[in-house]
Order: sequence, then C-alpha cells, then structure tokens
Amino acid sequence: MPLYLLKKLLTLLLLLLLVSIVIFAVLYILPGDPAEIILGINATPETLANLRAQLGIDRPFLVQYGEWIYNTLSGQGSVSINYDVPVHQLILSRLTVTGPLALLAITLSLVIALPAGINAACRQNRPGDLVIMFGAQIGLAIPEFWLGLLFILLFAVQFGWFAAGGFPGWSVDFWGSFKALILPAFALGLIRVSILTRLTRASMLEVLQEDYIRTARAKGVSEIKVIYGHALRNALIPILTILGLQLGQLIAGAIIIENVFYLPGLGRLIFQAIGQRDLPVVRDIVLFMAAAVVFVNFLVDIVYAMIDPRIRLA
Amino acid sequence: MNVQARLKAPSISHPFGTDQYGRDILSRVMIGAVNSVIVGLVTVAIGMSLGILIGLSAAYYGRWIDEALMRFADLLFGFPAVLTAILITSVLGPSIVNAMLAIGIFYIPIFARLTRAVALTIWQREFIDAARAGGISELMITWRHVLPNTLSPLIIQGTIQFAIAILAEAGLSYLGLGTQPPHASWGRMLNEAQTFMAIAPWMSIFPGIAIAWAVLGFNLLGDGLRDALDPQMGQFGYK
Repeated sequence: MPLYLLKKLLTLLLLLLLVSIVIFAVLYILPGDPAEIILGINATPETLANLRAQLGIDRPFLVQYGEWIYNTLSGQGSVSINYDVPVHQLILSRLTVTGPLALLAITLSLVIALPAGINAACRQNRPGDLVIMFGAQIGLAIPEFWLGLLFILLFAVQFGWFAAGGFPGWSVDFWGSFKALILPAFALGLIRVSILTRLTRASMLEVLQEDYIRTARAKGVSEIKVIYGHALRNALIPILTILGLQLGQLIAGAIIIENVFYLPGLGRLIFQAIGQRDLPVVRDIVLFMAAAVVFVNFLVDIVYAMIDPRIRLA
Repeated sequence: MNVQARLKAPSISHPFGTDQYGRDILSRVMIGAVNSVIVGLVTVAIGMSLGILIGLSAAYYGRWIDEALMRFADLLFGFPAVLTAILITSVLGPSIVNAMLAIGIFYIPIFARLTRAVALTIWQREFIDAARAGGISELMITWRHVLPNTLSPLIIQGTIQFAIAILAEAGLSYLGLGTQPPHASWGRMLNEAQTFMAIAPWMSIFPGIAIAWAVLGFNLLGDGLRDALDPQMGQFGYK
C-alpha cells in the first residue's frame, strides 16, 4: 500500500503541475489583451502600458507563471482586479455556499439513488424496476437549470414555500440559509440520482450473480444480509469511481445552478469575474476547481485500493 | 415578431405562446432544434476525430506514449465543459463557436479512452496476426482492421455524447456563454424566460420540454444502437 500511495501521490503532483500550466498557458496564449478588454477601445497607449505593467502581463511567460505559482503556494495568491482583495479570500468566503450545496446535492443523490438502484436490481424486469428505470431515464434528460426554474415556478412563485433565490448568509440566518440551498441541491442532485441509480442497479445485478452470493444464500444467510452485507460492499466500487468523476460535473452544474438561484458561491463569482474581465479571479477559481477534481479522483483511487486489495497489487 | 402580441399565453395562433418581443415560441423552439443538432454534430466530430487519433496511437505504441497520452486524457478530464468554456470565453468572448470548441475538447478524453480500450483488445485478436503474416504494414492494419472494429462502441458513445452536448450547450447558452441573441437557442430562451417567470410561465416550460425531449430521444437511440450493434455490452460498459 505505501508504494501504491507514493505512486499515486507523484501522479497527483504531476497532474496538478500540468493543470496549472494548461490554465496559465490558455489564458496567456489565447488572443485578446486583458488591458484593452478592461480599459476599452478609447484607452491611450500609455494607459494600456501602465495597466499591463500593473497586472504584470508585460513580462515573459515563465516569469509570470513562476510568480503565479509562487504566490499561490506561499499563500499570498493573486489579487482580484475588481475587488482588490486576494483571490483566495474570495474563494474561501464563496466556498461556504458552494461547499454545502455540493455536499447536500451528493448526499441527497446517494440517499435516493442507492435504495432505488438496489430495489430495481432485486426486482429486475418487474414493474418496480421498470418504473425506477423509466424515472432514471427521464431524470437524465432534464437539464438541471431547467429543473431549478421549474422548482422556482412551483415552490416559490406558486406555493411561496421557498424564496425564489438569494442567500441570507450563515451568520445572519442559519435556517434561512439552509432553506435557500434545498431547492438548488435538489435541482443539482436529481441528474446524479438518475446516473447513480442506473449504476447501482447494473453493479448490483452483476454482483448478485457471483458465486459467493449463491454460497451465502445456500448457507441460509438472510436475503437482507446477502444484499446489504455481501453484495452492496462489492457493488460500491464502481459507484465510488463514478461518484468521484461526478464531482467535475457537480462543479459545472453548481456554476449554472448558482446563477439560477442567485447564490453567492464560487460559480457565481467566476461568472461575474468573466463579465468584469477579472482574469486573476477566473484563473485561480478554474485552478481551484480543476485541482479539486484531480484531488477527489486521487482520493477515489486510494479508497478504491483500500476496498479492493487486487487494485493496489496489480 | 409582433410587438402587439407580447407575452401572449398559448393559443391556437401561438400554440406555445409568445415571448417579451412578441415572437412565436413554437417557431423559436423549432429553430433552436437546428442549433442543437449543429452543436451535437460539431462537438462529437471534434471529440471523436481527435479522441480516435489519441486512442489508436496509445493502443498501438503502448509503453510511455500510452501512459503520456492517457495522463493527457486525465488532464483534460480535470476540466468540465463549463470550466473549459469559461476559460475560453473569458478571453475570446462568448460565442457558439467557442462553446462548441469547449464541449468538443471536453469530449476528446472520453473517446480517446474508449478507442484505446477497444483497440487494445483488437490488437490481441487472431485476424491481426493473420494480417501481419500477410505482410500488411502496422499502419495499414490500424486503418483497415483496428479502426473499423472500434467504430460500433464509438458510434454508441457518440450518440450519448450528442445528447450531452445538447444539455451542455443549453447550459452554456443559459449562462450567456453560448449562442448569442438574436439567434434562437433553447438555453438562451430559458435565460430570457426567467425574468418573466411570474407573468409568462409558458416561456420557461416549452424550451425545457424541447431539451428534455431531444436528450431523451438521443439517449434512447444510444441504448437502441447498443442493443443492436453490441448486445454483449451492458448499460455501463460491463460485459
């Protein structure tokens, strides 16, 4: 296990380095002068040169990249052009919205998908299975932001049970803040419910055909213990992998959903930063999000190896 | 466009109602379908062409080239389509071309991994040995024998990615990063509908149904093709 962990850790570090180079290079290489974009077409050459020097974009690529990485690793970070505060402070403050939203969405999707998938697998090709699979197929086709709009239409405009958007802040109104995340989390979680239900069903069906399940049943082990004790543990491996891969999609979904519900999270921040041409914010948030995806996939690999020793021995 | 008929509820003359400029929503939903099909075709073409190239190279060369190409695919996996689009549009500006580019780039590792996995099994088959014995060059074997045999799963995956592209484009256009006004796009229509949700709810309903309908259709087509072309393959690629 230590060797496997070391190998995975080295791959993680290499990937993080490559991710940072790609992000920096894309923003560096792509045409378009940030100074011109910020100041507009009427700016004088002197003003443009001053802003370029102020932003540090008149220096060579490697110097700029090195400075960015050094600032990021030393905790100083870049400074937002628009807010004039370190970007990492902005990210941390907005994470208090995006973090709980993602966690709530994943929890909701697991709480619904696991029992639904297990039920469908245990009732394969019977009406219960068909209903669950039909629901999952529909869920896959519905865009999460449209579902968010429908939720607003129904639960905010028609019934008035929830606010149509906004976020009061955890310290101002804890319950109100939690309530503000419920509809977005459902909208964000539903598509993942569909994916995880289908996957749980497929995975359970495969495991339930294994010899050791037949042996357990022949020994007289109760059906509940066979399913939850023996089958589910092995069926969880592909589910865990997909759950890790889903994080990227969840982040992408959060960017859209936060805009539907006007939540002041990371997604809304990056969206506003694009409008304001605040490139340091865009760059640092994209790095943070991509690094989060890479890191979660690393964790999934480790947990994967812990659950199934064959993987680390391979 | 009929400014006199702004925000009209669904009726016989306007089955899906009208929007804030008096435009017929049914007509715009129909034009939006063309937009979605183009996005689906272009993005799958970008992802599939480059993905096949990377996947076949990785399977053929193996060793460090395979490792390097697959880590490159991992790297691209770190950037969801929306993030890639944000990165591109933050500099190039929002447009449908940039959105398609972003979605297409996001598709490359998906097709690369699939092509590599299938190609690796095909290189082990006996007919490849027979082709080698017949003196055919490795490049020709890849072109004539390996590539055609990888196509079935790629077509199935392509159909599924087509559906996902429709969803992704709608999401990007909803954010204002995709199709720009006055061109019709289902996502853009939903964006405009949000402002009028309380007084004209039909504006938020029909474009959404169109997206769900199209995505459901392509997903079912993908499932059907999988059953027809590759009956051994289960829903999630398990044999």
